[in-house]
Amino acid sequence: MTSIPNFNLSCPFPIENYPQVLMAHGGGGKLMHQLIGKMFLPAFGNPMLDSQHDASVFEAGGQRLAFTTDSYVVRPLFFPGGDLGSLAVHGTVNDLAMAGARPLYLSAAFIIEEGLPMETLWKIVASMQQAAQQAGVQIITGDTKVVDKGKGDSLFINTAGIGILDHPLKITPASVRPGDAVLVSGDLGRHGMAVMAVREGLAFESAIESDSAPLADLVLQLLRAGIEVHCLRDITRGGLTSVLNEISEASSLTLQVEETLIPVREDVRAACELLGLDPFQVACEGRFAAFVPERETERALAIMRAHPHGIGASRIGSVSDQRPPRVLLKSAIGARRILDMSSGEQLPRIC
Amino acid sequence: MKYLDEYRDAAGSHKLAREIARITTRPWSLMETCGGQTHAIIKFGIDELLPKNITLIHGPGCPVCVTPLELIDRALAIAAQPGVIFCSFGDMLRVPGSNRDLLSVKAGGGDVRIVYSPLDAVKLAEQNPGKAVVFFGVGFETTAPATAMAVYQATRKGLKNFFLLASHVLVPPAMEAILRSPDRRVQGFLAAGHVCAVMGWEEYIPIAAKYHVPIVVTGFEPLDILQGVLMCVRQLESGRAEVENQYSRAVRREGNRPAQQIVGEVFQVTPRKWRGIGEIPQSGLGLREAYAAFDAERKFGLGDLRVEEPSECLSGLVLQGRIKPHECPAFGARCTPEHPLGATMVSSEGACAAYYRYRPHP
Amino acid sequence: MCLAIPGKIASISGDDPLMRSGKVDFGGILKEVSLAYVPEAQVGNYVIVHAGFALSRVDDDEAKQVFEYLREMEELTDLDETRAGAPPAPPDTSPPVPPPSRQ
Repeated sequence: MTSIPNFNLSCPFPIENYPQVLMAHGGGGKLMHQLIGKMFLPAFGNPMLDSQHDASVFEAGGQRLAFTTDSYVVRPLFFPGGDLGSLAVHGTVNDLAMAGARPLYLSAAFIIEEGLPMETLWKIVASMQQAAQQAGVQIITGDTKVVDKGKGDSLFINTAGIGILDHPLKITPASVRPGDAVLVSGDLGRHGMAVMAVREGLAFESAIESDSAPLADLVLQLLRAGIEVHCLRDITRGGLTSVLNEISEASSLTLQVEETLIPVREDVRAACELLGLDPFQVACEGRFAAFVPERETERALAIMRAHPHGIGASRIGSVSDQRPPRVLLKSAIGARRILDMSSGEQLPRIC
Repeated sequence: MKYLDEYRDAAGSHKLAREIARITTRPWSLMETCGGQTHAIIKFGIDELLPKNITLIHGPGCPVCVTPLELIDRALAIAAQPGVIFCSFGDMLRVPGSNRDLLSVKAGGGDVRIVYSPLDAVKLAEQNPGKAVVFFGVGFETTAPATAMAVYQATRKGLKNFFLLASHVLVPPAMEAILRSPDRRVQGFLAAGHVCAVMGWEEYIPIAAKYHVPIVVTGFEPLDILQGVLMCVRQLESGRAEVENQYSRAVRREGNRPAQQIVGEVFQVTPRKWRGIGEIPQSGLGLREAYAAFDAERKFGLGDLRVEEPSECLSGLVLQGRIKPHECPAFGARCTPEHPLGATMVSSEGACAAYYRYRPHP
Repeated sequence: MCLAIPGKIASISGDDPLMRSGKVDFGGILKEVSLAYVPEAQVGNYVIVHAGFALSRVDDDEAKQVFEYLREMEELTDLDETRAGAPPAPPDTSPPVPPPSRQ
């Protein structure tokens, strides 16, 4: 066990720049990564946390296990294709799946604002149970807290999850190799735009439903077929751009992707054009990026496409050892540019 | 999407780029006026296709970038007040004032809301009679008709709780200010297509003649921008200086008369400070006396608030095309998108932010 | 500035010209848009929409001009080649895209 150095009580995070926490600090972009990297990691520092993967893998009693947690704060509580409850189950199941784990059990902690209609709470709870059943997990422990009216935005849910690894692979950015193919499991941006469509001040009529879905089954099928999966990362807040940048940085490798190969549904794209948003930065809740050896590409895609949650799976690019390591995009007209992580929350614009 | 996707054709883009290379015999510097054009150039990598001797200078086409510091501070002061619902386009939320931005006002408890249209703010005023709903009217001539209609509808509905913080600016005076500058590098303009959809292109004719610069009204997709560059370079190569219209599918010579009429009814031309450039006479729009009851500055009594621009930010020189973002000493060091010194680093198509995001970092 | 995108008018409501609005279809997304500034626009027309307002009707004939121009360019190149017998091709200024490196 590493000895704890003289604990430095001054905050390593540059609070003179940000005396207050901003929404962008939870946005999945640069500011959030800065907060994690400069406050949480130095404070809690250990090798498992530092690897910054979706779920942490550790060994206990000769068995490899994965452990993860996530909090769910989406507004509105109900949106086309899902709700806070189903999201809370899928999100944590997916984090376990990204480590290649078979999800076993979840915990569920509720922070409820006084005054929330009981009917609303019941709908969310019922939805959670349904999602858990579909994902093949049980919620085995939990907690309930009620806060004063005005102190919570009606309902927050935290879920933690534990899963078991039935294979010897190390599914982590460090396993990514030059020459690997970069795959995505389906079209992007549905969740973010589904939520945007019902957001006050921006509402529009659309048939866009959230892509929120449990991905463990699909991932396990890939693993059982013997696909040598190097890395998986689910595409959530911050969109594809965040994921690609995270993996590029964690693996110190360059990722080259092509805009024309990245699947985005027509109406999602149109909604992005209308609000001036970049579809590659819009959140998903049932999509992941996969890094596999080049020779496994066709087989992996075939397995994904045969699964209900992998229908639109596509190869979007490749990994290379080009220096310096970064993410490069070949645009729709064939020119190249660097795809940098966004600073914070992507906001609709008219400019 | 029809009338959008066809203009993002790769083969057509390369063809136009090759033709530009074929006819270019010496270096030319063109300025694209509009931030949306800058955004497209960077996003699609259009400047990578152009021959090396064609330089695109990113113009002050970002009304967000040019909103003066003191107006931002007034907006922040109003937004922080209890009983106010402050409505803004998303663009303005992260623009720094003297010591914070609208997002941090929101973090501190202010009721700041993003709207897609000024009419959404009018609706909020109708739904919240006990609150003062203030709309931050930023934008070029393209957005002025929307803001004007919001005020017009508020009048028709007899709303007493709707207010406008007006910050509209006009393109031609800014163009002239750039052309009058002694060390100006701009030799030709790609005029802002959507501004011209509203205003037409007649007012550019005397500018082209007086300063002997070609001005091509240009759209926003790769084929539009490349064709606009081609038309401009053709004029430069043959010594012509006329106004041409590349974006003819959306722009007519006389522009949109009904829109101009309502804008003229609600607004009058005023002098306006441009952040980083200074005051340009006859370059802004302010509410006419008949609509003074909707003026947020009058309502909240902030007319005397005066603020000086910080000296480290060189966004003014960038906006005029006199320096490139990376030539500013603060670029990438004390000024980044995470802690910007000026609006050009915040706005999604501000020249400095565009450079920072898409260029190799120093 | 001036993010404005083309959409097709799907329905129109309102008799008062200044309050006239419509549902505009942008690639499958429908949004309520003010049509006050395009009094001549009808259902089925395409309009350019900015901040909730249609600012201009898209002229379909003019929309084709850039493609006609590209076609003419192509024909001219073919014509030159037939006349002079394959002259050197104009310099290709498109940058080479680096191929992904293989192991």
